[in-house]
Amino acid sequence: MTTTTAPITKKGVRLDAPLFGRIAIVLLGIAALVYYFLQPQQATAVYASTLRQSTPLILGALCGLIGERTGIINIGIEGQMLLGAFVAFLANVYIGNLFIAVLAGVATGALLGLFLAWMSITLKMDQIIGGTVINIMALGLTSFFYVAGLTTKGKLQPIPLGPLADIPLFGPIFFNNAPITYLTIILVFFFQFALFRTVWGLRTRAVGEHPSAADTVGIRVNTMRYMNTTLAGCLSGLAGAYLTLEAVGSFERGMTNGRGFVALAVMIFGKWTPLGSWGAALLFGFATALQTQFQFLGLDFIPHQFIGMFPYVLTIVVLAGFVGRSRPPAAEGKVYDPE
Amino acid sequence: MSNIDQSIVVLEAKGITKRFPGVLANDKVDLKLHKGEVLALLGENGAGKSTLMNMLYGLYHPDEGEIWIKGEHIALKNPRDAIDRGVGMVHQHFQLVPVMTVAENVMLGSEITSRGGILARRKAENRVNELSQQYGLEVDPTAIVEDLPVGTQQRVEIIKALYRNADILILDEPTAVLTPQEANELFRIMRDLTAQGVSIIFITHKLKEVLAVADRIGVLRGGRMVGTAEPQTSTEASLAELMVGRSVILTVDKKKAQPAELVLKVENLYVKDDRQHMTVKGVDLKVHAGEIVGIAGVQGNGQRELVEALTGLRAVEDGRITIADVDSTHYTPRQNTELGVAHIPEDREKHGLVMAYTLSDNMVLNNYYLKPYASGIFMNKEAIVENGTQLVKEFDVRPPNPLTTAGKLSGGNKQKVIVAREFSRPTKLLIAAQPTRGIDVGSIEFIHNQIVAQRDRGAAVLVVSAELDEVLGLADQVAVMFDGRIVKILPVAEATRERVGLLMAGSEA
Repeated sequence: MTTTTAPITKKGVRLDAPLFGRIAIVLLGIAALVYYFLQPQQATAVYASTLRQSTPLILGALCGLIGERTGIINIGIEGQMLLGAFVAFLANVYIGNLFIAVLAGVATGALLGLFLAWMSITLKMDQIIGGTVINIMALGLTSFFYVAGLTTKGKLQPIPLGPLADIPLFGPIFFNNAPITYLTIILVFFFQFALFRTVWGLRTRAVGEHPSAADTVGIRVNTMRYMNTTLAGCLSGLAGAYLTLEAVGSFERGMTNGRGFVALAVMIFGKWTPLGSWGAALLFGFATALQTQFQFLGLDFIPHQFIGMFPYVLTIVVLAGFVGRSRPPAAEGKVYDPE
Repeated sequence: MSNIDQSIVVLEAKGITKRFPGVLANDKVDLKLHKGEVLALLGENGAGKSTLMNMLYGLYHPDEGEIWIKGEHIALKNPRDAIDRGVGMVHQHFQLVPVMTVAENVMLGSEITSRGGILARRKAENRVNELSQQYGLEVDPTAIVEDLPVGTQQRVEIIKALYRNADILILDEPTAVLTPQEANELFRIMRDLTAQGVSIIFITHKLKEVLAVADRIGVLRGGRMVGTAEPQTSTEASLAELMVGRSVILTVDKKKAQPAELVLKVENLYVKDDRQHMTVKGVDLKVHAGEIVGIAGVQGNGQRELVEALTGLRAVEDGRITIADVDSTHYTPRQNTELGVAHIPEDREKHGLVMAYTLSDNMVLNNYYLKPYASGIFMNKEAIVENGTQLVKEFDVRPPNPLTTAGKLSGGNKQKVIVAREFSRPTKLLIAAQPTRGIDVGSIEFIHNQIVAQRDRGAAVLVVSAELDEVLGLADQVAVMFDGRIVKILPVAEATRERVGLLMAGSEA
């Protein structure tokens, strides 16, 4: 009795990727395999680097999409990451315990998330302005308190997962990583499940799509938004901790380098789903890893600016074709004010 | 009807008063609902019906008075309290999440889970199927809500209430968005529900419906319960009088038409809808000056696309439109306006007015670029406000303040603003789509009279309405549209309800 124009999966997610995008993905997969057979070591290094490059992006994207699915636009991810990175680093310097340092980064992100929720919900501020406040504040605070030359005893080290790490190709890529990278992969699947298969997810999506519908069945819209924005902040904080405690081992001014904004793009390309965003983040990570590799290959005839462009161009080409039309949660960015 | 158990009062409001800043929305309202009864609550827009219902559902809190549900006096803090006591509400604007499935919408807030907060989708779907069978509410639990027609979405809302074990249902203007067929289906559902012991409060301002379906009628006016009536002893006129507070002429009072020269000529017109389906499939139509042609038809048979093509809002695929001897097939809306076409659009909030603009700005939306409202790139504020002030008075818009924003007006007054704008300049052709949808009796009367006045001033008028009564009341010629074509054109004298109804359903008569 219903006529639907697009095929619908069980989850109610529309799959309408144009043919072009699917072909691009298949070609990319073939190219990746060919690369591996031609240059096994180099290829493995590029793929492992892909995963690492994508980790902060997908964490940021998860933060963004949990917020937006509840109706709060978060463009302060960059700032949450940066301040999270900074606090995590300082905690590592002064306390010397990596676990506590990670928690410090996560807590910083959560606090900034709470701050964003307070501005957007209680103060009814424009959410874009609220996010900008966080970005500028993080930049200012980290620059002001920045101390040159601080050193730490160490950073999070890769943990090989026993025999799994010995599998060719997949072992070094997936099963020989540092803790936050492992955790991130788990979080992607966890949130994919949580968002579409649990009570929390159903309510979260309802609040982001049609808050008054949620309200009339007794869901407390603004409480839900406070909770989720704070929870999402944890993930941005974790991304920051990843940068200082796992990837680099030290803090530099402005070290997030736009990752918070790329994360937003990744979220949109992933159509506000964790798995989709992960795919987009991996693609971007792959392009970045490949670009680094190009610089070592000594391709002198290509100006380095063009090589630097590569990740962005590849991302645009593949994703523009693959994503098709995406639709944000209907009520995002809008204050919900009952009565 | 036989289902009513007069001895059991399931819901009672005693002396409910609710004030909003500057308005007394409800003034000592008393109301009683018996088991298995359909209580119709009648009143114009702004009479306080929705406010009262929102209090019974816990969304608002009364300033004074008591609410008793099933013999228990309670202060409802939020909808949850009402839901827990078996009160369900179907809001005028559906409270459904468009991108979710029917089952997800139904269980939202009272989810069926396996363990650990994981949704039991299959069980929820089965529960929806059970309810839809028990109460004859046909719906597919796996369908995405936004793909469903409004009538079906409404059934989802009813299932949502029943899923929460509601045995007191509040239906807030349920027929405002329905076609006559869907409305009849709803009435059948309501009778099924009451037969199974559900009690219903039915809010409306449509008199015919009240007489068709209600067991008892309560009339609200200006926040007060001004009377109750029995459908057996009431007529439409008596109810209208109670509702408006003065006698109302329900039939349109008009003289015989004096058709003159041909103004609108449509030849073999083809138009596509948003989904690129050919929806208008070869329409031929003529409207003369001084006559009203009414297009009757079930919604979705191409009327909207036809009107949009005529007014320049939608591209014409094939065929020809001639207005006042000018080929306007590919005219823009502004070219049409300058040709003398006035348009009352179907969706007044989307296409008729800019909600955030003042009334006076809205009144010049189609001629703001002309003198005296503009000179060069500058707007002449005084002239615009002066025009607004005058039109607001002339067309009886309330509140009579040209500087209020359009969004703050009631539906009827919004429509008056559009009518004021469109009628305040020389009109050769008036195209009115659903001119009185969802507005109160007083405004309907006013707008109908204005349309007839345009005709008598020599304009050609095309009225499109989903309300058959409106078409039959206004039109001199009735054109029936079905499946993208005009299947028959009848003089109104030959257009009986039955005959037009059959034509609307696609069978030749």
